[in-house]
Amino acid sequence: MSPWLVGFSVFFAYPLVMSAYLSFNHYDLLSSPRWVGLANYRYLFTVDPQVWTTVKNTLWLIAVMVPLQVVFAYGIAMLLARAKSGVGVLRTIFYLPALAPPVAATLGFVFILNPATGPVNTILAHLGIQGPLWFQDPAWSKPSLTLLGLWGVGNTMVIFLAAVLDVPRHLYESAELDGAGPLQRLRWVTLPTTSPVILFAVILGVIQGLQYFTQAYVAAGVASGQASQAGDVTAGTLGYPLDSTLVYPVLLFQHGFTDFQMGYASAMAMLLLAVSFGVISIILINSRRWVHYGGAAR
Amino acid sequence: MSRTRGVLALLVLCALGIAAVGATAATANKSAPTKLTVWVGWSARELSVFKKVTAEYDKAHPNVTVDVLGGINDDKIVAAIRAGNAPDVASSFNSYDVGIYCGTGGWIDLSSKLKSSGIPSSTFPAATNYYTQFGGKKCALPLLADDYGLYYNKNLFKTAGIAGPPKTIAELTADAKKLTKFNPDGSIKVLGFDPFVGFYENTPERWVTAWGANWLDSSNKSILAKQPGWSNWMKWLKSYINWIGYKKLVKYQAGLGDEFSASNAFEVGKVAMNYDGEWRVAFIQAEHPNLNYGTAPMPVANPKLYGSGYINGTIIGIPKNGKHEAEAWDLVKYLTTNTHALAELSNGLRNVPSTQKSLTSSELTPDAHFATFLRIFGNKYSSTSPITAAGVSYTNAVQNFATKWQAGKVSNLSSGLAKLDSQLDAMVKQAGGGGVP
Repeated sequence: MSPWLVGFSVFFAYPLVMSAYLSFNHYDLLSSPRWVGLANYRYLFTVDPQVWTTVKNTLWLIAVMVPLQVVFAYGIAMLLARAKSGVGVLRTIFYLPALAPPVAATLGFVFILNPATGPVNTILAHLGIQGPLWFQDPAWSKPSLTLLGLWGVGNTMVIFLAAVLDVPRHLYESAELDGAGPLQRLRWVTLPTTSPVILFAVILGVIQGLQYFTQAYVAAGVASGQASQAGDVTAGTLGYPLDSTLVYPVLLFQHGFTDFQMGYASAMAMLLLAVSFGVISIILINSRRWVHYGGAAR
Repeated sequence: MSRTRGVLALLVLCALGIAAVGATAATANKSAPTKLTVWVGWSARELSVFKKVTAEYDKAHPNVTVDVLGGINDDKIVAAIRAGNAPDVASSFNSYDVGIYCGTGGWIDLSSKLKSSGIPSSTFPAATNYYTQFGGKKCALPLLADDYGLYYNKNLFKTAGIAGPPKTIAELTADAKKLTKFNPDGSIKVLGFDPFVGFYENTPERWVTAWGANWLDSSNKSILAKQPGWSNWMKWLKSYINWIGYKKLVKYQAGLGDEFSASNAFEVGKVAMNYDGEWRVAFIQAEHPNLNYGTAPMPVANPKLYGSGYINGTIIGIPKNGKHEAEAWDLVKYLTTNTHALAELSNGLRNVPSTQKSLTSSELTPDAHFATFLRIFGNKYSSTSPITAAGVSYTNAVQNFATKWQAGKVSNLSSGLAKLDSQLDAMVKQAGGGGVP
């Protein structure tokens, strides 16, 4: 058996099959699974009051944060591609946040955006502006997470930078000869040429959005002021404030590892898998209209 | 013949040798102490207090060595049981997951061991007996208990001209308003009292005892909407928060120190009165020994309830598939029923000793602040939260509703509570494997 097959079986196929099986069982982690048919799915779709809240929050992140991340990373890459001096330093500065561990980065953002003691609101107050409550306000918690997401787009930015620098010069020269201005060159040369990379970034962003966990989990715990209690249960703070950061993977984690309902959590995981598959399929099918691959074949 | 004798002699020598080695090994095994692993939630200073008590046990029992690991929570305990690496003895900071431990058999039923050891249920107070069992199984024992009361800053009381701690909710509200000071820009300077659900120890289960509200009917169905105590507490909570201003309060809280640090808002005088557990006495002693404060039972809505409070506490049990069950039981028995051990733990941790006998132990160091909590523990109206198959998610769902209510996100309290009742019943059914009711 090849090592690839072993890895695939142990780390992908077996967990997937087991999750599918457990989703039809009552499984509390401590006793043997007990077959319950579709009961977990019925509870998921018709009873659990938090599921639709998490769906809305997750969709918000995918609809707002992911496009902003792609546009922001692309914009930075475009600017860096045009920089004449200090390119290396600028690239490093913009890439550096991507190296910060997500937990540390989230802790830092909750600290600097603390409405009472954080430097951001202190500066705003000096300017006569009353800053928002950021992670403490359900209306601002997801925008705060989005700011955190924009800060850490270094990886995507580097990929975009490579793609932008890879655009053949003669295409720009031809466009210029045809009288194209900067915006037209962007629209008709840069974007089409880099569209496969944009598609890659969008798909990656959507998958990460569907699996968004660490930042939401840490921000809720820290902002609620309950994260420092040794040994205390954290479930009461998940989604703080007012379920506004309760995304689907966090609820899945809560049911699986705090409520010890792994059968139900598996049903949630299967739904996430189906939704991920559906969303990515739609994006791929739709991409045929706007993604241009080099060469004749797509 | 001589060769045969020689071979026989050699065989005998070998046999004797093997026997001797075996005997030596057996002796060595017999004398080698059994290593007992104990997982507890305590950390830092509190962990050292617990280790001191287990060290005494260790010394008195040469047949075992006790290895204590702190900073443990329920997630880690369950993960270890699943992985087959569970400790011999496990302790959880609260009883919320007793329904899961007992219901699944994750922690073994101690009923027969209690019986054979001659430990009757009357050894422990009623509330602790309730929160250490589920579904007819006694899978845990109380290892000290926690109860909750009012801490008040005597200096701030004196400045505000308040003679003593409030006894009723009306007095609490009036005193809190008198003690609250605002800055010129309208922000809070000092808060009289903060009942905000989610702030420090404020949770619904700890609050409704002051209103005498119940959770379940005789068939274990949720009855929050039918109990006036629940809606009365929530209405009071909302009106108090509205008086201060929701956003103003949230902003003030964001700037307060961590609960379990020397920057605790009550300890540094940013909150004049606070609802907290008995352990705060030890924290104040360690972090702010000069703080001029007092303790009292929580003010109540019904005067007959004054003196009572919410009770919960650390529990201890033996995870299934343990390799040293007998030794583990002996240690659990010692920690939970030995008056000396409980008194020593209580003195160090300033948690309430959890047997009837240890409550009056002469070894308990007298402390006026702490004595309040011993009285609350013994009050007949003191109560705890329900133990259900849904574990901690049950009380969390109620907390979730309360946080929405206090933020003004629930338009109709009565129908909201009725819906919450249905949700809680559904959660219990789902946790038991029943799916949709």
